[in-house]
Amino acid sequence: MEWKLKNMRPGFGEALVELGKKYQQVVALNADLSSSTTTHLFGKEFPERFFNCGVAEQNMMGMSAGLASTGKIVFASTFAMFATGRVYDQIRQSIAYPKLNVKIVATHAGITVGGDGASHQMHEDLALMRVLPHMTVIAPADYWETKKAVLKVAESPGPCYIRIGRTDCPLIYDESYEFNIGRADLLKDGEDVTIIAVGLMVSKALEAAEILSKEGISARVVNLSTIKPIDKRMIIGCAKRTGAIVTAEEHNMIVGMGSAVAEVLADFAPVPQRRVGIPDVFGESGESEELMRAYGLTAENIVENAKIAISMKR
Amino acid sequence: MDETIPELKSSAREARGWVLRMIHEAGSGHPGGSLSLVEVLVTLYSSVMRHDPDNPLWPDRDRLVLSKGHGCPILYTILAMNGYFDKDELLTLRKLGSRLQGHPSMNKTPGIDMSTGSLGQGLSAAIGMAIGARLDRRDYRTYCILGDGEIQEGQVWEAAMAASHYKVDNLCAVLDRNKLQIDGHTETIMSVDPVAPKFQAFGWNTIEVNGHDFKELLRAFKDAASVKGRPSIIIANTVKGKGVSFMEGSVKFHGKAPSDEELEQALKEVGGGEQ
Repeated sequence: MEWKLKNMRPGFGEALVELGKKYQQVVALNADLSSSTTTHLFGKEFPERFFNCGVAEQNMMGMSAGLASTGKIVFASTFAMFATGRVYDQIRQSIAYPKLNVKIVATHAGITVGGDGASHQMHEDLALMRVLPHMTVIAPADYWETKKAVLKVAESPGPCYIRIGRTDCPLIYDESYEFNIGRADLLKDGEDVTIIAVGLMVSKALEAAEILSKEGISARVVNLSTIKPIDKRMIIGCAKRTGAIVTAEEHNMIVGMGSAVAEVLADFAPVPQRRVGIPDVFGESGESEELMRAYGLTAENIVENAKIAISMKR
Repeated sequence: MDETIPELKSSAREARGWVLRMIHEAGSGHPGGSLSLVEVLVTLYSSVMRHDPDNPLWPDRDRLVLSKGHGCPILYTILAMNGYFDKDELLTLRKLGSRLQGHPSMNKTPGIDMSTGSLGQGLSAAIGMAIGARLDRRDYRTYCILGDGEIQEGQVWEAAMAASHYKVDNLCAVLDRNKLQIDGHTETIMSVDPVAPKFQAFGWNTIEVNGHDFKELLRAFKDAASVKGRPSIIIANTVKGKGVSFMEGSVKFHGKAPSDEELEQALKEVGGGEQ
């Protein structure tokens, strides 16, 4: 498939500026990564509401909590590694438990960080965030979904985690797309198997469906961009209709989106499921695309797993 | 100012009695670090802070973050004595369904401005509140109570740096310098001295007082409010377990409830046994 590429990150930065114009209460914090996270766009427009906390993420999360307690809509941003693992306790104690209105927007998630290697390749963030009560967890698929999600979460009080990647990524949507928190998006209908994907893997899922259709297999594709609260109705519907599920995510296969789907299936509609994701290993340096191939984040691997899932149907 | 001191002393006696009774009733809790904070919190809620027990979410109220969340028995006591809720409720501390959690929860207890318990996080939140006041052009002040064992947490020093960077002169921290932490003397476990020069080096105004002397505390809070362009910290030299002979300076009562006999003895000593 031919894709038009666009980086997701400006979707965040531009949405933040829009929000800043719309709401006086919007403030943005970052930890010495304002250009990389694109929050510098907000900083330029609204310097008095922009706080660069330096290389001190724990304090940034605590300040975010305090600001939120005074009625601010707070966006705190840094790389996914430092926005979750580094500050897990600060998020748990100071943001999630008191249910404060802090939106954590993490960039540079996943293996496609590339050359920086394992220390910066965050594959556990969805797991860490989705086990926190009160936390909404979103992994947009492209620039437009990032932008729409950021605009949407500002209207919905409470803690939220949004995960976006570093690289340019295929455009799945256009400006007309409407994002709703907690609602999965059915991108392509199909009968034999459902591929549920998030983030960069949504484009790979669509490619996989095309390969499968050439082999006479009809695959559904669903973008499960809100991982929590999870769209149970969509997942159960897909399980009942297609009888087999494949999940695909740029995240550790343990406790990520695939596990969240498995939890729903186990409780409500047990059908065969295969998971495509990063095996339980740390990453390494390399080019984004070659890393995705090396770690099985490919359309071909989704195709293979779709066939296995179908073969497991009773 | 000084004429209120007899009243403050009487409040402190009553508060100590409640702290002991509620922890005894709960069967667990932290008497040592609650008793060391009695005068600090009595002073703040009686004579320093602008607050309204009938309107705990009043946007213009002064905020208080008890960063050493385990000291909450004394904070709950002061809130109850000020009318945020009935004093009888104090005896529900740590019980299932109670609004008075083992560590403060802002969504459960009226008058609690920030949930705390995991040490080292409150000062950052207090800075956020202080900046929030500035952004909203409100003149409320934010107070943050730190423990001296707590300042071994790295985040405290990230926050110390940020507070002076953002020049939050509407923030006043108080260090409960009772010199003991769970495992022993702070200077044996992980020395924090010299405390004042550390904060001064981070750009803070420091004021050192006897944390059980109302006159000194009242003056310190007044002085802190007059300092412009930088945050202040009041280093309150206190005695852990203050007021109860067998708890004073005792590590044993950091996190242990008094027995029936100990409670009886302790109430006699603090003179707060009468309700």
